[in-house]
Amino acid sequence: MTDAAQAIAVTDLHKRFGPLEVLKGVSLTAKQGDVIAIIGGSGSGKSTFLRCINMLELPSAGTVSVHGEKIRMKPDGRGGLVPEDRKQVQRLRSQLGMVFQSFNLWQHMTILENVIEAPIHVLGKAKAEAIATAEILLKRVGLYEKRDAYPAFLSGGQQQRAAIARALAIQPLVMLFDEPTSALDPELVGEVLSVIGDLAREKRTMILVTHEMKFARDVANHIVFLHNGIIEEQGPPEAIFGAPRSERLKKFISSIH
Amino acid sequence: MTDQTTHAVAFTPEDLPTARSFFQPHRIVMMLVFAAFVVCVAVFMRWDWLPRYLPRLGWGILISLVMLFSTSILGFLLAVPIGLAQVAGPWFLKLPAKVFCTVIRGTPLLLQLWLLYYGLGSLFPQFPAIRQSFLWPYLREAWPYGVAALTISFAAYEGEVMRGAFAGVPAGELEAAKAYGMSRWTMFRRIWLPRAIHRALPTLNGETVLQLKSTPLVATITVVDVYAVISKVRQETFLTYEPLLLLALIYMCLTGILVVAFRTFENRIPTRGA
Repeated sequence: MTDAAQAIAVTDLHKRFGPLEVLKGVSLTAKQGDVIAIIGGSGSGKSTFLRCINMLELPSAGTVSVHGEKIRMKPDGRGGLVPEDRKQVQRLRSQLGMVFQSFNLWQHMTILENVIEAPIHVLGKAKAEAIATAEILLKRVGLYEKRDAYPAFLSGGQQQRAAIARALAIQPLVMLFDEPTSALDPELVGEVLSVIGDLAREKRTMILVTHEMKFARDVANHIVFLHNGIIEEQGPPEAIFGAPRSERLKKFISSIH
Repeated sequence: MTDQTTHAVAFTPEDLPTARSFFQPHRIVMMLVFAAFVVCVAVFMRWDWLPRYLPRLGWGILISLVMLFSTSILGFLLAVPIGLAQVAGPWFLKLPAKVFCTVIRGTPLLLQLWLLYYGLGSLFPQFPAIRQSFLWPYLREAWPYGVAALTISFAAYEGEVMRGAFAGVPAGELEAAKAYGMSRWTMFRRIWLPRAIHRALPTLNGETVLQLKSTPLVATITVVDVYAVISKVRQETFLTYEPLLLLALIYMCLTGILVVAFRTFENRIPTRGA
């Protein structure tokens, strides 16, 4: 639990929405350099699981540790959990770079302002330093020319690449991707996947919820198949896609292809 | 969807008439009619009184503008917490905010003004403590009651506007702020409030223009704004139309300046791609 090599450690995570139990005890460990892809049908709980890692959803039970530090939770009196120390959650969140399905860029800021916002106002970096870092990141995702544009003027693929730059700007320990290509037109998926693929190849720790099976197979070193709120099967991509054991996973893979 | 609506209201360079579309036959006719009207007004009506009243008119316009800006700014500062309380507050803040907005928006401004001025204004002198306080020199004047009534009214209307604007900021953008570790205050200051104000700007523009045209009500409680000056002109010169036409022109100019200023501000952040 306190092993610092463990970028993320989740144990026995449960999440209930009223009477509906979406996660029924999910445990997962991500070591540094791991690229973990979470796959599963809709309603399997994979997005909820990812959002529990940075407490955008508060788990009903279970623990989450970031870099060996356990997020302290206390009962909320209604059968759920709330953070004991909001400051701790904020600090740990700033080490997790989240990329959302619907980009969620701040529309009142330019692309550059989006990227420097958290480094300046969360991490307390100097503006010049934040801009220098941001420009390098925007060059990497191919948006340097668009740095003074507002998000509404960009295509979905460009917005998502900007959102990835924004997440990278806080120099996160782990990147969390929540179906990063699901809201994109098919012809824009490739440009975003190639950026994420580059990140995976440079051994950046990532947890990624995705519907892109081929991509998951190519970049991940560990695949988790979630079904009905539990991990039905997990393992290296060759095993998951090449020799699935459970009936459900076999069915899921054949339904995708 | 909402961005589209904002865009439809916002003023973009394409909305400006080009030189060619400007000189269409119907426009030329309209301009000629207007020019004829202006010439008639200048030639056939009496304007000899104007130079005598110019200083007083200037002072009146100044008072009107001071009334407008002080009450809009104060009212808006109140509107932000009122709107926020309605969206995110606990019930003991939400309820009074809601009641405040409903009551103020549900009663005429003139009534509120008179209740404050004739009601409170005649109640205050009965308390020696108030008469001896440092506030008394102000409370004896009429303008503080005007400022108070206009501020309260603006706060109530804009409180509703800000409620909608706060609620309309996409949840995902706030979530992104949270996800990068922003504290609640930082999130409010950097994301939620500026985003809400930006969304509310087109509405605030219209409401400020309405506020400008509410300011003449203070003339009914002896504050000498531009409307009161014109009334004075009418009493002294026995003219009806000339002073009123001038007053209309003055308000139109002020409105025009307000609208252009707001639109410049709005266009600093374009909402949608071309």
